[in-house]
Amino acid sequence: MAQDWLTQPHPVVVIGGSSGSIEVLLTLLPGLRSPLRSALIVVVHRRNTADSTLSELLALRTRIPLKEVDEKEPVEAGVIYLAPADYHLLIETDFTFSLDDSEKINYTRPAIDVTFESAAAVYGPWLTGILVSGANADGVNGLLAIRQAGGRALVQKPETALVDFMPQQAVQQQAFDQLVDVDDMIAYINSL
Amino acid sequence: MISTEELNLLLTDLLDWYGYDFTHYSRASLTRRVDRLWNLEKFPSFAELRYRVRSDATYAQRFVEGITVNVTEMFRDPSFYLALRNDVLPTLTAKPFIRIWHAGCSTGEEVYSMAILLRETGLLYKSLLYATDLNPEVLDRARSGIFPMAPLRQYAESYRLAGGTRDFSDYYTAHYGYAKFSEDLGEKMVFSTHNLVSDSSFNEFDLILCRNVLIYFDKLLQEHVLTLFDRSVGPLGYLALGSKETLKFSSLQPRYKQLNNEKIWRKIG
Ligand SMILES: C[S@@+](CC[C@H](N)C(=O)[O-])C[C@H]1O[C@@H](n2cnc3c(N)ncnc32)[C@H](O)[C@@H]1O
Repeated sequence: MAQDWLTQPHPVVVIGGSSGSIEVLLTLLPGLRSPLRSALIVVVHRRNTADSTLSELLALRTRIPLKEVDEKEPVEAGVIYLAPADYHLLIETDFTFSLDDSEKINYTRPAIDVTFESAAAVYGPWLTGILVSGANADGVNGLLAIRQAGGRALVQKPETALVDFMPQQAVQQQAFDQLVDVDDMIAYINSL
Repeated sequence: MISTEELNLLLTDLLDWYGYDFTHYSRASLTRRVDRLWNLEKFPSFAELRYRVRSDATYAQRFVEGITVNVTEMFRDPSFYLALRNDVLPTLTAKPFIRIWHAGCSTGEEVYSMAILLRETGLLYKSLLYATDLNPEVLDRARSGIFPMAPLRQYAESYRLAGGTRDFSDYYTAHYGYAKFSEDLGEKMVFSTHNLVSDSSFNEFDLILCRNVLIYFDKLLQEHVLTLFDRSVGPLGYLALGSKETLKFSSLQPRYKQLNNEKIWRKIG
């Protein structure tokens, strides 16, 4: 991968989760400073019906602009991006999003691993991955890739997660730099 | 993970040796696809992967199939098919002859879905469905009209959401985990290879569907392909894209009108 991130002007946070992750977002979003100095990308597992209701629900909780990703759009600081249902979300070396409807990974599309790995290759140390509540092992390989590329991996403290399987997997595989609760996540993102 | 430089070498080889031009495809997706094949075939090094692609034409064909995404389903996005049924097909009934092009049809699920809609609206007898793809192998499967049984339950549900009122199972017979769709649905289909990057327009159509193909292209190639479609859509004809694709930002936009919230545009100028 080209070392384009050297010229990358802003940090990027990708937050991934499955069951129980919407609850995390509903508490997290109201705590975030506006304007946000980083780009926040949200990848959550959901039904494959294109439910615009999720973005509407989340948008109610924040003054930060929040949108479902359009393919080819640039990744910009100060925006919360939501991965659309039924597509994997990837990032190009020119810091634009692309979508891919290839096979499900870990029984899911979008897969958190796909976005974590793709973002790690592009953003290196500018990237933080946060893995929260869920009942699936998706995201753990991605956290490992983020750490390997010099980025940071935060994992929700399993005892604070509605469904602790996903964070537990990350803990078992040592795929984290720090265990956090939602308040820590807020403080961390606001400090970027 | 394959490096940008290595990927570029492979893409140059595919172009020089086999005439397939992937240089304007999304790199993030290609990188994942190539990594997947590399792992699958357990090539010990990039040099060996590259050598195999260059020296073995049969493998190169499989490689091309492997780096393109061929995932598809019947009645994907039911509301899209509902709009075709209620808003698009009724405007074509007066035509003596209806020509439809499925560009990037993969294994044909979309084409069979369309044939079912045409049949139910009484238009199939005067329609011709041209279905094209880059990969000859997926076209062979499409031609057979045989699809795996496993997802059929979901297709039946999508069919119903798309306004279907029949018993979906009337359209196929089940054999050993496969569903063979009735032959008369396939009678009006013509399958052929066609590369959107390098081949030109070959007819004029009342409706062109190209769904979930443009997402794999960069903006330059998207504009090239949309221009090709523009030349191939007749006056007042329709162009339909995938649920995350758009004519917005393309040079076609001023001359096309979008139907409600669906990814269907009508040529008005
Ligand atoms: C993801 S599938 C979409 C299938 C179907 N249209 C759907 O939406 O379900 C994309 C298809 O586009 C084909 N394709 C990719 N590049 C192409 C090109 N340059 N010309 C023609 N077909 C292409 C692939 O082979 C694949 O079958």
